Amino acid sequence: MNNGKTHTFPGQFSSLAAIGECVARAAETAGLDARAVYAVRMAVDEACTNIIEYAYGGEGRGDIECTCHIDDEGLTIVLHDQGRPFDPESVPEPDRDATIQECKIGGLGLYFMRQLMDKVHFEFTDSGNTLTMVKRKETTS
Amino acid sequence: MEITTKKYKRCDLVQASGRIDSDTAPQLAEAFNAIIEDGRFNIVFDMDDVDFISSAGLRVMIDVQKTCKQRSRGEMVLANVPDRIYEALDLAGFVPLFKFFDDVVDAVGSF
Repeated sequence: MNNGKTHTFPGQFSSLAAIGECVARAAETAGLDARAVYAVRMAVDEACTNIIEYAYGGEGRGDIECTCHIDDEGLTIVLHDQGRPFDPESVPEPDRDATIQECKIGGLGLYFMRQLMDKVHFEFTDSGNTLTMVKRKETTS
Repeated sequence: MEITTKKYKRCDLVQASGRIDSDTAPQLAEAFNAIIEDGRFNIVFDMDDVDFISSAGLRVMIDVQKTCKQRSRGEMVLANVPDRIYEALDLAGFVPLFKFFDDVVDAVGSF
């Protein structure tokens, strides 16, 4: 179902629900369990929020292309945008031991993506930014 | 996302349903801010019908907790947190920042 088909969404926050449904359907079709489906939804939501906020610098400035590939191992999601490239290494990890008053949320989206997915890979070329994320099926029960 | 609020003698109850993401988080912040601007800092957030929350929603929860806990004037407690959302809070390291209740009545009664 929709394997390898690219869906294009306007780069605005109101697209997040539809993008989430799209990847959740692919994750279910790929045979991921409920926890993994939720992880995929979260990682993709954070990735798309970052594309809108940072790559495009705001809403309505470009599209997000979302492609889901399903294979025996699980699900690969490719997100493509035409916004500014950024250095993922420059984003500091959140401090998980912070008290409530020193707690900051910056960098949490990227941290979630890396924790929730089995592979997160950024590529920046003249044709835009490509983020590839992989979620593998649990092989042990 | 839908939000309802109820005012009790010692606290306010906020119930949200659906998705809390970058699109809907500002509405949630507005609901909490209305309570805080009323000078009320004891809040129960019932998450029973929340089926998704992103870091944008978690940011709202942290901001509310920071504001409520200032000068020990109150706090926000959480009720009926779904497993997946508890896992997200845990992944972010936010579990120690909140009290959790399995039931709204207990949460309201804690104030």
